[in-house]
Amino acid sequence: MSSSGDESMASEIDEQEQNGGRGIPDYIMNLEDVPSTLPTHLELQKTRVFCNLDAPQHTDTIQYSGAYAALGVDNSVRLDNFYQNFKVEVKRITDEEMEFDMIGIDPAVANAFRRILIAEVPTMAIERVYIANNTSLVQDEVLSHRLGLIPIDADPKLFEYPDDAGGENNEKNTIVFKQHVRCEKGQPRLTVKSDTLKWLPNGSELIAEGTKSAADPAPKTFTTFNQKSLPKFSKDPAPYNLDVIVAKLGPGQEIELEAHAVKGIGKTHAKWSPVATAWYRMLPEVVLTKDVKDELAEELVSKCPAKVFDIEDIGRGRKKAVVKNARACTLCRECIREADEGEEGGEGEKWTDRVSLRRVKDHFIFTIESTGAIPPDVLFTEAVKILEDKCERVITELS
Amino acid sequence: MDPLPEPVSYLCGDCGVENTLKSGDVIQCRDCGYRILYKKRTRRIVQYEAR
Repeated sequence: MSSSGDESMASEIDEQEQNGGRGIPDYIMNLEDVPSTLPTHLELQKTRVFCNLDAPQHTDTIQYSGAYAALGVDNSVRLDNFYQNFKVEVKRITDEEMEFDMIGIDPAVANAFRRILIAEVPTMAIERVYIANNTSLVQDEVLSHRLGLIPIDADPKLFEYPDDAGGENNEKNTIVFKQHVRCEKGQPRLTVKSDTLKWLPNGSELIAEGTKSAADPAPKTFTTFNQKSLPKFSKDPAPYNLDVIVAKLGPGQEIELEAHAVKGIGKTHAKWSPVATAWYRMLPEVVLTKDVKDELAEELVSKCPAKVFDIEDIGRGRKKAVVKNARACTLCRECIREADEGEEGGEGEKWTDRVSLRRVKDHFIFTIESTGAIPPDVLFTEAVKILEDKCERVITELS
Repeated sequence: MDPLPEPVSYLCGDCGVENTLKSGDVIQCRDCGYRILYKKRTRRIVQYEAR
């Protein structure tokens, strides 16, 4: 799915020629993806948010198909247009973090992806904790809560959701971990980290209350299964980070427990959220509407904390400000703020006349920070699948 | 098959000796007669929700 090449370029050139006589600045016609023949100011209002000194303007997206009917411009949503214009550009990707640009999409859809990533992509997390002994300073409840928040490195696709009806835990919905640490007397204080959580492929080892009897050779535990027989794990389930501090033990203190991890989604509890967070911002666009030269150029460069502007020599010792890195703009609006608004008294040229700050309405810089169990690119494809499922559900309900 | 409830052990507040009490027993240390006892942490398994 790439942008239409020659056709849109050609139409852009046509427009430029048409508008050339009317004194419309070139930078507007050079903007990416200007497909319609709307007047320039309307096109700008439609595709850009104006970040003025006081408040952003033209923040809404124009949805109505006949919004520009009087001008003979069709504003309807067409699947073909979407296919042609939609682009994804990955800017940076690691095992845990990824930044990519989503271009040509409605903010509602971009936001849907964000919300699905945070609340509806499943992961595994510790849900039940069976404590046999805990003489540490950390209370049982607090300890359990802390354990629950540890990201578990296990593929949730290999597991089923737990059965709410109170059915048996089985190898398909539960991962059992054991933790048994003790700080011996005479030893210095011990920091218990998440690496002490050990996977029990054979399930629970703790004997359930009231089932202990000499006659029964196999006492009942909390689970009855064997995960070793399942050849599907590429690696043993374990906490993703092995250096998460769980508790600190003084001499003579001990923790002995079993933790059962199950599949869940962030909507139920944030511990199942697969992302540290996922967010997006619209692409900032910084345009110098007038030439900014010499001292003013220096001032502009020093005003901007995000280092968006740069100075270009234009010969004979004169300098001109240029926009070097609009993407870095945080829209702090420092560049359009007057240093001292009282003195000028409304007369003369202001910074708002020289610099125009905008955001592109359909260009989203999306960042996903994974907690580790699932790589960020996989997370996003999962989110897309979930949205697809939801759409299908709506369609079947309507039909 | 009704297993006997596990006896609960207490520590004496005065001399620190371990006492086991059953329901109905007088709350008193067997060793020194002190009447304040502290309950030890149970070895029984307690289930918590990790939330």
